[in-house]
Amino acid sequence: MKQLMLGNEAIARGAWEAGVRLVSSYPGTPSTEITEFCSKYPDMYVEWASNEKVALEVGVGASLGGARALCCMKHVGLNVAADPLYTASYTGVGSGLVVVVADDPGMHSSQNEQDSRNHARGALLPMLEPADSAECREFIKIAYELSEKYDTPVLIRTTTRIAHARSLTETAERAEVELKEYQKNIQKNVMMPAMAKGRHVIVEKRMNDLAEEANSLSVNRMEMRDAKIGVICSGTAYQYVREAAPEASTLKLGLVNPLPEKLIREFAASVEKLYVMEELEPIVEEQVRAMGIECEGKNLTGRQGELSLRKVAAILADPLPEPLVSAEIPNRPPVMCPGCPHRASYYVIRKLGLTAMGDIGCYTLGALPPTSAIDACLCMGASIGLTQGFTRMRGEEAAKKTIAVIGDSTFMHSGINSLLSAVYNQSDATIMILDNTTTGMTGHQPNPATGFDIHGNPAGHISLEKLCEAAGANVRVVDAYDLKGLEAALKEETARKGVSVIISRKPCALLDKKSKKPALHIEQDACKKCMACTKIGCPAIEKTENGVRINPALCVGCELCTQMCKFGAIRKAGE
Amino acid sequence: MSMKKVDIVLVGVGGQGTLLASKILGALAMQMNYDVKVSEVHGMAQRGGSVVTYVRIGEGVCSPLVETAQADYVVAFEQMEAMRALPYLKEGGTVITNTQKISPMPVVMGTVKYPDDLIEKLDASARVIKMDALAMAEEAGEARAVNLVLLGALCKDMGSDKAAWERAIAACVKEKLLAVNLKAFEMGYSY
Repeated sequence: MKQLMLGNEAIARGAWEAGVRLVSSYPGTPSTEITEFCSKYPDMYVEWASNEKVALEVGVGASLGGARALCCMKHVGLNVAADPLYTASYTGVGSGLVVVVADDPGMHSSQNEQDSRNHARGALLPMLEPADSAECREFIKIAYELSEKYDTPVLIRTTTRIAHARSLTETAERAEVELKEYQKNIQKNVMMPAMAKGRHVIVEKRMNDLAEEANSLSVNRMEMRDAKIGVICSGTAYQYVREAAPEASTLKLGLVNPLPEKLIREFAASVEKLYVMEELEPIVEEQVRAMGIECEGKNLTGRQGELSLRKVAAILADPLPEPLVSAEIPNRPPVMCPGCPHRASYYVIRKLGLTAMGDIGCYTLGALPPTSAIDACLCMGASIGLTQGFTRMRGEEAAKKTIAVIGDSTFMHSGINSLLSAVYNQSDATIMILDNTTTGMTGHQPNPATGFDIHGNPAGHISLEKLCEAAGANVRVVDAYDLKGLEAALKEETARKGVSVIISRKPCALLDKKSKKPALHIEQDACKKCMACTKIGCPAIEKTENGVRINPALCVGCELCTQMCKFGAIRKAGE
Repeated sequence: MSMKKVDIVLVGVGGQGTLLASKILGALAMQMNYDVKVSEVHGMAQRGGSVVTYVRIGEGVCSPLVETAQADYVVAFEQMEAMRALPYLKEGGTVITNTQKISPMPVVMGTVKYPDDLIEKLDASARVIKMDALAMAEEAGEARAVNLVLLGALCKDMGSDKAAWERAIAACVKEKLLAVNLKAFEMGYSY
């Protein structure tokens, strides 16, 4: 019986059916749930790695050791894993190796909208792109066959609308794939110049062979309907095209690298007008043009954001009716949750007028009003390097007013490298690790500083303070709800020469449901309406026409606001 | 369910239970052997921001999203979100909205006011079914069952087979919460 599955769930199911034995990933929207769904199958070993590079190296190791392996990450995660990826292309695989990379056109939860198909072309790797959940399951199984047939890692690219959409999917039983014999082979697996030169020849031949087979692969199919319009498309774009112009002929690409040149030529010759509909970069379009075939695409769609039924319909068919216009209403930006342990740190950073180099996570929300406490946010782990460069150039006085702000998981991901470099280069840097004991934004995955694994079982537990001390930083730990303690720590550590680490610690308010206490309230007679409590930016504290109130439906009783009230007007239930 | 194709957009504030509502609609479509696609929002948008879930049921569903001016129904868990989602509604479509107000951060901070005539403005632009779903859910015994109250109203307006919806609810809701959820559904249905 068919099941209604999330794209990410269908990838996990397909991986399990394909006999995958090892899954190693780092969380990142919209890829995270693949690995979480994988962890529900007991016959696969599934782990969160400390970052995507490590995840892929573990995957390559498992493949070399004869097991089918899977690594999942978001588009920017593949940049982190690009180093092993580009050379694993040369070594090829032992057993099948698949990397799923989830792009985020429209940036629903990302810092850029890069197109991962560029990595497939750059690393000379095959890439499949499914168009719904059924194809997610089917394509990952095909990916393992291609990986072993062509001795290559295979990429699968999804986008948010595939990863986070549910559609109907068949299921099958798991194929038991034997662990292959390991044989030492330095010509293939030790990538020194002499060996790598030989492997590059093989890589090129492999891609040429695969490009030839791509013309007859079942995942690439020509669907002839009306010959007036022909559209080359893949992934979500295919769905928009089918709906916007059901009569148009389509060349649906399942393999988006390398492209099937003969099939494209045949299709182009069979239609009167050729379009390429693709999200983000004109990767297929430019290759089609390079074949000397006229087509249209990016000149009509642009490169930014997602495609849509509306955009595609306006190009291929009649424009859709104009939508109703909504009345002017305030925005509803995402906010730090009530009880969020990051809030107090941001309040103090802002109060002290510090320049704060931020990082990637929930705490990026601290850049928005009312906390407005972040000056820069670039990529995972960047806060410490940014601080080092900034203070090195702006001098001692700037160093006393500049800090790096980074979460525990992001610090473990790649911040640790920058800490080592900062200490080694005798930087004058203050680093605040906001330790909420989890990877918050992606939905609470554990990390090396958490103490348990993906299944919730006890695991290796790295002490942030011992690690930073061992690196040579001056370390102190502060309760994340303690406004006075945070202020004292920040004043003292920014004044200190050398590298300091302040660990502001309290579990994520969403994770730590046990510490949720009854809602507080404001005793209106005692309230002087000074509005000091609103400065911490808690969504539970609302300005009203004649003062301020605490919304009992939102308040978790963290009592941070009571530290802001000089008049003792904020009371516990019953007080 | 008597329909060739129904496009529904569920909107609310992160944490309000739009995902359970779309899960129930998905289970319903499966039961009726209809094709179905559901799109959700994860990550950044869940932190108290606006959330949109798309449910498409019926024949010839390709795109996983409901396009603007294409929705048969906008089901809103909060009135400002109903207004925000108005562009999704197609001509002749219906808005089913909870009249509850949840203040977004700019309103909480006092930099802007929560608009006070949104329901009237909605009424002027479309067919609107409005209900205090929070009060009804509380009366049913569970404030979080706002989603079921709204689904009850949707089922009624679609002229759908109520028993099939109740089976779908039973398939998606924990046993111990089933009675209160069915009661909330009934209250929305008979509103």
